[in-house]
Amino acid sequence: MLQVSSVTKYFKDQAIFSKLDLKVDQGRFHILVGPSGCGKSTLFDGLTGVIQLDEGSLFWNHESLSNLSNHAAYMQQKDMLLPWFSLLDNALLPAKTGGQDMARAEIQARNLFRRLGLKGYEFYMPNQVSGGMRQRCALVRTLMFNRDLILLDEPLSAVDTITRRSLQSLLLLLQTEFRKTILMITHDIEEALLLADEIYLLTPMPMTIFRHFTLDSPKPRKFNDPLLLDIKADVLDMLEGDLIHEPG
Amino acid sequence: MNRVNLLAVIFVALILGFWEAFVRILAVPVFILPPPSSIFAIALIRAPLILPHAAITFTEILLGICLALCTAIPLAIAMFAKPALEKALAPFLVASQAIPVFALAPLLVVWLGYGIASKVFMAWIIIFFPICVSLLEGLKSCDPEYRVLFRLMGASFFKTLTLLYWPWALPRFFAGLKVGVTVATIGAVIGEWVGAQQGLGFLMIQSNARLQVDLVFAAILWLTAMGLGMWWLVGFLERKIIKWK
Repeated sequence: MLQVSSVTKYFKDQAIFSKLDLKVDQGRFHILVGPSGCGKSTLFDGLTGVIQLDEGSLFWNHESLSNLSNHAAYMQQKDMLLPWFSLLDNALLPAKTGGQDMARAEIQARNLFRRLGLKGYEFYMPNQVSGGMRQRCALVRTLMFNRDLILLDEPLSAVDTITRRSLQSLLLLLQTEFRKTILMITHDIEEALLLADEIYLLTPMPMTIFRHFTLDSPKPRKFNDPLLLDIKADVLDMLEGDLIHEPG
Repeated sequence: MNRVNLLAVIFVALILGFWEAFVRILAVPVFILPPPSSIFAIALIRAPLILPHAAITFTEILLGICLALCTAIPLAIAMFAKPALEKALAPFLVASQAIPVFALAPLLVVWLGYGIASKVFMAWIIIFFPICVSLLEGLKSCDPEYRVLFRLMGASFFKTLTLLYWPWALPRFFAGLKVGVTVATIGAVIGEWVGAQQGLGFLMIQSNARLQVDLVFAAILWLTAMGLGMWWLVGFLERKIIKWK
């Protein structure tokens, strides 16, 4: 679906990432795991067109394009709801800005509100509802982009453990129920193991993918699943090994 | 809030009380410094004389504010949309503030006449800057992450402006407008001092020349009330429009 082919970005003379390849397959949950500051967000900025990539190319279904601004939806750790709009108006933003048919969009949004337990809160303002509800509203807005690929930028790094659990199941819904393809970045290995089909481990400076592996165990997964704990131990060993035996 | 209001009232009452006592005890002549009680009395008794002048000054200020809004808002948006324009205009904007309005006033009267136009222009110069700068700063303060969101939604600049940047900038805009409406009185009154046939500034100059100091103070009192009233009105509009704060 999306092929990222040897993209490169320099900051002054330092390569942030160099000749990076990434393949995103329809319907799969891809997670890039790397330490903070390794350049993950810069990669996302490059993909979304916020910054210009220095080299390399992107292919969307084998067609070349300069960035994903017309192909991907975006969700972040902050809910990013606009405080001056009601929850429903916030969810309708992609329709308003994209010039969609508003009547149809509103039906779609109301259905999603019902599905995600927000029915009855359509005309509440964001500051009148809980953080969890705001995140669910942000999720509705993300779905209202009506795009197949969703980019998630550390969507759960700022919330407490309890909220995180419920949000993780929401993110899973994106894939299992709404059939979206997901590309997510995080620094949390546990989270990646819980959600991902494809995990890419990243090293910093310049950012490279030094391990890629596929997880096929069924979802939803449990934290204490022995298989996951084994993989987690392996991954941590790998990361540690890499740091000790820094390849020239 | 009420507690704060109460404190303000007590504070003002103390100052006025001290003033009244000072003038009475030292028997200061009325044409040097009248006591507050007689200023309030004159402000009410002479209202038929003062109010028509106040209406003129108020009109000048209001027109100045309208003119400032009509020019500052488009210019701030244009400078926001095209940073090159901001770089080009910034020196002129700052320079326009560095020139003392007092120095311009006689010239403006020569150019625009003794009528209302020169005063409106003075008020406009004074109000324009705080509105324009605060709105521009407000627009620029928008969180870049929201810009990314709008970019990915495929939003045009106009859509992004109306749905994101403008509401985002509103609190700063109102802060600038509050400053603007309170200093607007200065511009109008200075214009009237230099040359006019009506208005509170004209009344002050006339009364001062006749040693009717209590009338001067009464005019100042009305002017202050006008400034406070506009301040309150802008604050009221702000609370009505920015409900999400």
